[in-house]
Amino acid sequence: MYTSEVMEHFKNPRNMGEIPGADGIGTVGNPTCGDLMTMYIKVKENRIDDIKFKTYGCGAAIATSSMTTVLAKGKTLEEAMAITRASVADSLGGLPKVKMHCSNLAADALHAAISDYRKKAESKKEV
Amino acid sequence: MNSQKRICMDYSSGKPVDPQVIDEMLEYMNSSFGNPSSLHSLGQEAKNALERSREEVAKLVNAEETETIIFTSGATESNNIAIKGVANRNRNRGTKILTSSIEHMSVVNTCKFLMRKGFQVVFLPVDKFGLLDLEKLEAELDDNTTLVSIVYANGEIGTIQPIKEIGKIVHKKKAYLHVDATAACGQLPIDVQDDNIDLLTLSSNDMYGPKGVGALYVKKGTTVGSTIQGGGQERGLRSGTENIPGIVGFAKAVEIAANEMAYQSVRISKLRDDLIRGLIDPIPDAYLNGHPTRRLPDNVSMRYSFIEGESILLSLDIMGVFASSGSACAAKTLQPSHVLLALGLQPEEAHGSLMLTLGKDNTQEDVEKIKSVMPDIIKRLRKMSPLTPKELKY
Repeated sequence: MYTSEVMEHFKNPRNMGEIPGADGIGTVGNPTCGDLMTMYIKVKENRIDDIKFKTYGCGAAIATSSMTTVLAKGKTLEEAMAITRASVADSLGGLPKVKMHCSNLAADALHAAISDYRKKAESKKEV
Repeated sequence: MNSQKRICMDYSSGKPVDPQVIDEMLEYMNSSFGNPSSLHSLGQEAKNALERSREEVAKLVNAEETETIIFTSGATESNNIAIKGVANRNRNRGTKILTSSIEHMSVVNTCKFLMRKGFQVVFLPVDKFGLLDLEKLEAELDDNTTLVSIVYANGEIGTIQPIKEIGKIVHKKKAYLHVDATAACGQLPIDVQDDNIDLLTLSSNDMYGPKGVGALYVKKGTTVGSTIQGGGQERGLRSGTENIPGIVGFAKAVEIAANEMAYQSVRISKLRDDLIRGLIDPIPDAYLNGHPTRRLPDNVSMRYSFIEGESILLSLDIMGVFASSGSACAAKTLQPSHVLLALGLQPEEAHGSLMLTLGKDNTQEDVEKIKSVMPDIIKRLRKMSPLTPKELKY
């Protein structure tokens, strides 16, 4: 059902955990639906300096979270915003059709974390 | 990875066919390949095998006559014939059907199909252990009710229904009782006469026979219409040339099951109880689904908070252990199991479910292996989960 890349990331997830004092935090999903993920980012000079995730969900949810952190780490915020669900799935060699929408939320969580960072940065400027 | 021993604990999804069964079947694919409807000797050989098989199945469930057994292509077809056959044929007498909220999809969707055809269907509630609400059954049962369809024991949570009592209630009115015994057959002694059953679904593969074969017991005098039209085989209820190799194999599996049932049920129940304890005691926030004692010998149905069942299943698969889950993510429909929701569980609780079903090949060693790997699997997934409460010392 899953590609070997998906299983590899499920077995050995990269960047799993939390970042205390993260610059941006994004959470998407809903435990009722069976998938919930949180992305934590540290930003330095407009680049994602560090990124970590926590995910509740199926194998696809965990693997896409892991892959998203790999794709995003070191990227500028603009480059990271260009990471999509489709590019995450492609990097994993594809996902089962049924998993494309419900369990492939990590890119959205990343975008939410970046938005959170930008909002915080904006409000700091105003003060 | 390939060198590790593979442990199947998903036997309710599929069972290996007993070698003695395969031996019996071969003859009816090689030399005795006749059609039981043919009048020549070759056909009559097949016909004799068919009737001997019917006798074997009738004996297993203590049917009053051999002719009450009809062979089908499996439990799904048996459930379809029973429910549609009774509902349609008795439509002038009534249009109400009662069933439970924890039936197999072949019952659920057949009932929903009939609802679209104008029948009234009531899905009766169960308690938190999965036992049917008998008061509700009695309250809903009326003169318009022609059929009550209840699972003997649900394969997902293992709960065994009080079928005999249910039968007594159903027969206070002029309704028939259909019982889906797919998961129970071969594990529990079933007596259609003593249990007050009018129609009974049986499955071959669930008794270590070949897939694609099943049976339906139809009590003498029960009015059932045909759902498929053809040459009128199997008392007109299941037209089509009989699957003789499959039926012969099924009958052999039944014979073996009848001989081994008492011994295997006790042996497997012990493994089950040991496994349940081993999957609850060392792991916080672990729960058993279904009834603690009125339970199928082979069924271990767990749920773990804060994590999702498919990821438990995959983690076990990596360790060479095969299991299943009622989580939405493990289902084609992306809905959590209706059976678990009917117990009153929240969707997020149902997502954390893990089913292990034991078989004849399982040993204490298999149980020990699963007990030894599970705590770390749960721990690892909870560490990844944003739902794990901080205070969980684990």
